[in-house]
Amino acid sequence: MPNLEHPAYPAADLLHLESLVPCRESQVSTLLSIFGERQQFSFPSLFIYGHTSSGKTYVMQTLLTTLQLPHVFVNCVEYFTSRLLLEEILIQLQSCSSGTEQTSPVHCDTLNDFVRLFKQAVASRELQDQTLYIVLDRAEQLREMEANILPAFLRLQELTDRNVTVILLSEVVWELFRPNIGCFEPFTMYFPDYSIGHLQKILSQNHPPEYSADFYAAYINILLGVFYMVCRDLKELRHLAALNFAKYCEPVVRGEANERDTRKLWKNIEPHLKKAMQTVYLREISSSQWERLQHDGGEPGQLKGLSAHTHVELPYYSKFLLIAAYLASYNPVRTDKRFFLKHHGKIRKTNFMKKHEKTSNHLLGPKPFPLDRLLAILYSIVDNRVAPTANIFSQITSLVTLQLLSMVGQNDQLDGPRYKCTVSLDFIRAIAR
Amino acid sequence: QGCFVFKPTTKKRRLSEKKAHDFRSTSDDSEDTELRFVTCQSLWNQVKSETQRIQEDLNKQLLENLVSFLSRSHSSFQEKTTEWTCRMKFREIPTAALVLGVNVTDHDLTFRGLSDVLQDNITPYVALLEAKDCPGIKNLMQKLMGQLMNCDIDVDSLEDENCVQVSQNKIRCSMSSLTSWYESITKKTDSETPSKKRNSSSRHWQFPPVVVIFKDMESFTTKVLQDFIVISSQHIHELPLVLIFGIATSPMIIHRLLPHSVSSLLCIELFQSLSCKEHLSTIIDKLLLTSRFPFKLGEKVLQVLINIFLYHDFSVQNFIKGFQLCIVEHFYSQPLSVLCCQLVDIKKRAYSLSHEQCENIRRLPSFRRYVEKQESGKQVALLTNDCFLKEETEKLLEDLHVYHENYVSILRCLHVFTSSLPKYPLGKQIRELHCACLENRVWETKEYESSLQLARMLNKTDLVTMLQQCVEILMSSSGKEFDKAAEKLKEFLTQFQNLEEASQERDVSVSSQKELQKKTDLYHLQKTLLELKESRRSKKLTKFEMLRFEVVDYIDSLVRKYLVPADDRTLHEIVYFNATTVLRGHLNAAPRTALHTALNNPHWYLKNQALKCDGGGISNKAPDICIVYKLHLECGRLINLVDWLEAFSTVVTAAEEPNADAASSDQVDDTIHARFIRAVSELELLGFIKPSKQKTDHVARLTWGGC
Repeated sequence: MPNLEHPAYPAADLLHLESLVPCRESQVSTLLSIFGERQQFSFPSLFIYGHTSSGKTYVMQTLLTTLQLPHVFVNCVEYFTSRLLLEEILIQLQSCSSGTEQTSPVHCDTLNDFVRLFKQAVASRELQDQTLYIVLDRAEQLREMEANILPAFLRLQELTDRNVTVILLSEVVWELFRPNIGCFEPFTMYFPDYSIGHLQKILSQNHPPEYSADFYAAYINILLGVFYMVCRDLKELRHLAALNFAKYCEPVVRGEANERDTRKLWKNIEPHLKKAMQTVYLREISSSQWERLQHDGGEPGQLKGLSAHTHVELPYYSKFLLIAAYLASYNPVRTDKRFFLKHHGKIRKTNFMKKHEKTSNHLLGPKPFPLDRLLAILYSIVDNRVAPTANIFSQITSLVTLQLLSMVGQNDQLDGPRYKCTVSLDFIRAIAR
Repeated sequence: QGCFVFKPTTKKRRLSEKKAHDFRSTSDDSEDTELRFVTCQSLWNQVKSETQRIQEDLNKQLLENLVSFLSRSHSSFQEKTTEWTCRMKFREIPTAALVLGVNVTDHDLTFRGLSDVLQDNITPYVALLEAKDCPGIKNLMQKLMGQLMNCDIDVDSLEDENCVQVSQNKIRCSMSSLTSWYESITKKTDSETPSKKRNSSSRHWQFPPVVVIFKDMESFTTKVLQDFIVISSQHIHELPLVLIFGIATSPMIIHRLLPHSVSSLLCIELFQSLSCKEHLSTIIDKLLLTSRFPFKLGEKVLQVLINIFLYHDFSVQNFIKGFQLCIVEHFYSQPLSVLCCQLVDIKKRAYSLSHEQCENIRRLPSFRRYVEKQESGKQVALLTNDCFLKEETEKLLEDLHVYHENYVSILRCLHVFTSSLPKYPLGKQIRELHCACLENRVWETKEYESSLQLARMLNKTDLVTMLQQCVEILMSSSGKEFDKAAEKLKEFLTQFQNLEEASQERDVSVSSQKELQKKTDLYHLQKTLLELKESRRSKKLTKFEMLRFEVVDYIDSLVRKYLVPADDRTLHEIVYFNATTVLRGHLNAAPRTALHTALNNPHWYLKNQALKCDGGGISNKAPDICIVYKLHLECGRLINLVDWLEAFSTVVTAAEEPNADAASSDQVDDTIHARFIRAVSELELLGFIKPSKQKTDHVARLTWGGC
């Protein structure tokens, strides 16, 4: 394990930092060597990527705050337009430069303005000789803003002629960012996923004060044994660990087992965790409901999850419309005559289906159909006569708003709108009953 | 756009705009119109307040659950605990998934009630978002901030003038400005004068949650929802946000719209509203099956309303609107509806009837039938003497009122019996039974026959509980005649009680069956079986069976006496609304059919004798568009414009001068050409044809059928 060392920063700070970022020491030391000393110009832009919750944001934030480097931290999802993003950067800049809370409203519509205002903000402060770090979290959102935003951020150092480094954090690889006109290539860096050992180590670090670390580590071990197969998300695991810990402690609290009695504790918690995997983890029932359930000692069976309520009550004709839509979506047009006409012609049994149609239509997905065909099938599957009233037509639209049907090609509303049926066979079966 | 479209029903506008004077313009009798209008309005107001009360009652449970959920949801925010579990746990956004059923139009009312309740009990900060306002995250934030900050200004507009008076586009539409706003608001309430603080904290806490309601979850785009949830989950520590999703289909939609990474940020609890069918049952029960309101719906009309509900929209609001339409239409079209009032007013109104109104009464078919049954002296008096007629009318109307009271009670009793029979021959719901009874004499129907037969096979415990229910219903009813009936039923009950002791007969039969089991010889077995059967057939009925027959017969007699269809009652026209076609025309419009009729048979709408069609021929006097339409019906999918024009000019000119056009047959008149082009473009505008790309001189038909 490499100890962090850097001549520019005090050793105590580095030690503290190391304790805060377990399992990420090598990445941190690389970053430190890129950053260099405070006044040194650093690489103009860094691109850091890695899977969900591999510690990108956390490492970056702790690194910058513990070493007290001047920085601006912005989440690109939250500031969804370029204007909001740029203004937010300037506001944060103002507040961290002057220290006092006088934030005059900034107006910054274009990047040109931004560069100008940025220069002003940096010039007016005492930290001129330090590298300023701008961290853009969830940088994949930048691609959806104006085309000039991303390239400009990548070479902000050059554009502003100030000591600034832009760090992009993202979950997707750099190749998906690169604009087709080309741009300045940032220094890319990969944060690998935490291994099971890492997860174990990180999770065990925060043990509750009233129990020993070993006891909690044993619990984490069991938890990972159950959940590691399906979930490697650190945040999620930590959440689950907190939710189920009370149950784990139960035998100890009641005095039936002591903290060393791992086997007994395992027997107690294991089925419980499995149940949790099927319910809470999938958000079938909410975590607060789960806690209440634990508290009352009830069975999770009494609480039905979200997907238990699949039944949808529909008006009579809506049901038929939906069934007709389903038939129209999954049956080829040629078979309509055979299925829905009373006196259809004789069917040639041989080679009725062409070869490529032998694959189930369900695998191919729904096909669009015109309104007329839907109505024709509706008339033939409903027993009594259906008048084409406004109510029937409005029901079609309402099925679209309920997302049971979807409209295809919205441009020609007048002449023959086309629809697709988006529900599954099971749903139709439930309705047809 | 949405379906269960809220039809801007004529009646509301009519009611508000219509002065009594509009009522008058169509009907000739002048005095009663004002009174009718007033009666109509007061009746509707009663009905309206009643329905509101019912709906509040029905939603009460749901709202209470939601309120308790909301008050629970951010309890940790209030206390600011630093406990280990709270620190370790991920802060999820509390979310209520509110499943409301597919009748989207009704949701508005529920949401309005919900936000009122929330603002009274939990928090002043409630925002209602609709999908059509939020195509992007930007619009959503704008809408949200606008609503939240406005509501704040609403609440304490009096005391602070220096409040955020920034115009909407000046505010930066981001979550951070929202959080800073929230901070300033809560701080302000914190530092207020103690008296003020007590005042506000009695209703809300210091940190009231911010509730965001998504009215129609299904219509929101995935991206907007995801972004919003991700953003707000980052600010959940500073801004206690609660989401409410209004769901029309099933809660599965949450998983379909949101990926796991997003839905794991939520803490979803499910709430389900009452099914709309139950809602309707309650409404029918409280509005129609009561003698409180003098106005009644006829069988066919009720059937139309129920059918629209069940077949088309599941919307209780629409049902009530339909009911309103019935009321207005009844008071508007029936001059005698002035007598459709509460019992206490009948006397006064009956005596102030004018002569024309008396004539109206005499013209009523049910009254005529009644007159024919009377002896000749009375007949003459009824037909000539207005005063006598008025007295008689009053009596008849009072009879009608009593009939209603009795009808409802007995109907409920009968429903107690029929609703527990296997296969429900008379329907499971009381509304079906009600329709059956209104339609014709229920005791003459086959279904009634079979249900009586089934009732004769009920077991004792069921029968006893039913009788008890019936007794309760009869005792609670206001009808005076039921004391005796209730007594009789109670008597039955005691008899059943007494039966319990004497039950030897059953033992006998049991022993005979035991005997049966001993026999092994096939011949003997057959013989004994036959004997048993014989003996059973001839055996006298047990006491219980006798009693059961008596009970069923008694119920039958009650039904025959009280459940007479309303059409048989004299003067039923005054209180029953039966104009089905009018109602259907208003509520269940058929635009396609109407268009076809207008084009195919212009006489129907224009009422011009010259246009009257003879068979399938095309008259040249019809409007051009009708001729063009009829000609196009004879064509296939693609229509050749030249041929069409040819045919058109033939039709137009042929009848005028059959022999003159022979000379210039190859040259079409310019005027006719122009008329043709105009008619064709009108058809295109109506959506019957469109220009085709396959052949340049052809147009494509967009409708099928006809030829």
